[in-house]
Amino acid sequence: MTILIVVLSLGAFFCLYRALQGPSIPDRAIAVDIMAVIFSSITALMAIEYKLAYLIDLSIALAVISFVGTLALAKYLEGRSLDD
Amino acid sequence: MIDVLGWISLCTGVGFTVLGCLGLVRFPDLYNRMQAATKCVTLGTCGIMLGVFLKSGFGALGVKALLCALFVLITVPVAAHALARGSLIFGVKLWKDTVKDEFTDDRGGESIIEGPK
Repeated sequence: MTILIVVLSLGAFFCLYRALQGPSIPDRAIAVDIMAVIFSSITALMAIEYKLAYLIDLSIALAVISFVGTLALAKYLEGRSLDD
Repeated sequence: MIDVLGWISLCTGVGFTVLGCLGLVRFPDLYNRMQAATKCVTLGTCGIMLGVFLKSGFGALGVKALLCALFVLITVPVAAHALARGSLIFGVKLWKDTVKDEFTDDRGGESIIEGPK
């Protein structure tokens, strides 16, 4: 299980490279979005590794927050306002 | 038996996720990167959540994991689609070897990308 968590963290480091390096703003946005989904997976793995059932709630919350943030940024890039 | 299935699902999910992140680093332009990362990470996260469900059984943890898998399966492609559309309108250029741009074709061939940004 620890090996799986370490491998997922490696993927999160790839996303971090793209978020720091990315030539355009949507590059960084999609990298941060994917990173949040990976952290949600890591949290779910920690929930069964350490027998802490409440960590899965944190996983759902991370997925929700990253979705709302990415949608808001997409609408901003299109040049529309949030209540459009 | 169920435990072995759970391990297989977890390992498949982690493999898909890491390969998707590798695509996020290696692919040439924004849209290629976006489709690689989004599809692979969606399937990988669903696999991981299914593995968590199989390993923990029908408790609060397992059912919430299935709920999270369903949520990720719906929301991550929607978010990536919205972001791809937004970045095309914002003016991110396509890769120079792109063969088909249906978004521009549907608008009668005129590009909505004004200039470099």
